[in-house]
Amino acid sequence: MMNYSSVRSEPPDNPAVRAEALNVVRGIRQVLRDLDFTVPRGQVTGLLGPSGCGKSTLMRAIVGTQAKVTGTLDVLDRPAGHPTLRTRIGYVTQAPSVYDDLTIRQNLDYFAAILDPGRGSAERRHTNVTHAIADVDLTSHADALAGNLSGGQRSRVSLAVALLGTPELLVLDEPTVGLDPVLRRDLWNLFHSIAAERGATLLISSHVMDEAERCHRLLLMREGEILADDTPDALRHRTDSETVEAAFLHLVDEAVAAGRKKETTR
Amino acid sequence: MSTTTSTSTTMAPAPTSALNASRTIATAARVLRQLRHDPRTIALMILIPCVMLFLLRYVFDGSQRTFDNIGASLLGIFPLITMFLVTSIATLRERTSGTLERLLAMPLGKADLIAGYALAFGALAIVQSALATGLAVWALGLDVTGSAWLLLLVALLDALLGTALGLFVSAFASSEFQAVQFMPAVIFPQLLLCGLFTPRPNMHPVLEGISNVLPMSYAVDGMNEVLMHTDVTADFIRDVLIVAACALLVLTLGAATLRRRTA
Repeated sequence: MMNYSSVRSEPPDNPAVRAEALNVVRGIRQVLRDLDFTVPRGQVTGLLGPSGCGKSTLMRAIVGTQAKVTGTLDVLDRPAGHPTLRTRIGYVTQAPSVYDDLTIRQNLDYFAAILDPGRGSAERRHTNVTHAIADVDLTSHADALAGNLSGGQRSRVSLAVALLGTPELLVLDEPTVGLDPVLRRDLWNLFHSIAAERGATLLISSHVMDEAERCHRLLLMREGEILADDTPDALRHRTDSETVEAAFLHLVDEAVAAGRKKETTR
Repeated sequence: MSTTTSTSTTMAPAPTSALNASRTIATAARVLRQLRHDPRTIALMILIPCVMLFLLRYVFDGSQRTFDNIGASLLGIFPLITMFLVTSIATLRERTSGTLERLLAMPLGKADLIAGYALAFGALAIVQSALATGLAVWALGLDVTGSAWLLLLVALLDALLGTALGLFVSAFASSEFQAVQFMPAVIFPQLLLCGLFTPRPNMHPVLEGISNVLPMSYAVDGMNEVLMHTDVTADFIRDVLIVAACALLVLTLGAATLRRRTA
């Protein structure tokens, strides 16, 4: 593996992601409205909200695959989509994006060769691939065709691809959907160890609110807007709720009430 | 709704599209590895042209001359059709499975991806064309005046053209159903007008004019040049250059359809 303790040139308080007046339009629909937020470095930030609220679009904007993005969006001190970011960000889409007609190891070998090409790095690639497969607990299936795996296993292969090349920012779109509780716990432990050991930043989306408790920070989204940007503790405290789920519902009710008020005063 | 004037994110300059040899070869190796897990497709790709030539030989059992004409043309057309089909489905899969988005979010140049595909399918086309040409010339008695190597060269360029067309067309198909339907749409008109059924000068002037701008016409003309002349004629060189230039042009158009940012 690469050394975790590489000295970072930017001060740690410089956020990994900084958005100002961020808007995204898809077709005629405005999917993201005027977002302002930051994602701190070296922490696990959860992006939570109901399905269809714009989580995936926001993630695609951050990794630079979303068209029609306006406003400011800086990722690792570069504008989102900058070519130099391509080796520094690991991205996992919601649907597993791997080749079904290759084995797990062949999938990872190929993506590793794209990230770290050349014959000189063959040995490093091999170690990286072996580690990534072990990280997602698929070593015993390494030579199975991806197409023959279960849904949860395939999404873990997809996750393993993102772990290659030790990225500074990991953007994971619902990585734990459809996984059993043991595996979910293991993956969350893995996420935290990646943040702690490598100093990497993780942005993880989910629509399951109990996963929110495992994050350092939370971005709560609803209908293309950010309802809250805080730590889970502060959120519960501020809304006087027992759980993050209750806090979220409280904030939604507040937002709806505020919306109605705006309607009537117009 | 906000009314603040939003400034567009500064778009990063396009990365240098210079080919990276290792990434290209890695891509080609990956495409071939995918195919290796699908032996039935390989068998179909390689055997069908041979079976068709065999059939054709005995359909024209009484007139060897007709078999010579059509056989040589078909040696150019088979690789084009197969590679068109295989590439359009393969790239469509790449687009719909999310692997294309993932690759383009990685430091992979579009040229690397396209060259990788061209290399992999080119290698397959060499095997396919070598077998078909060998069978036609040595076993079925196809009477070529020129060198069989030139037949192989044209066949290879045709395969490249097929790959290019398939890649380009896959951008306009949103499902495998549509991709397959593009075959009759793109290939059949060229097949009718390429001079396979009747010499192009015998066609209605309008159709002859159209056939003059379709690349398959030059592929078939090139094959016929080899069939009739011992040496490399000026017409042959022109035909080969046109097919190669068309393939490159369409590959470039295909590259333009690979977008890093999509809606």
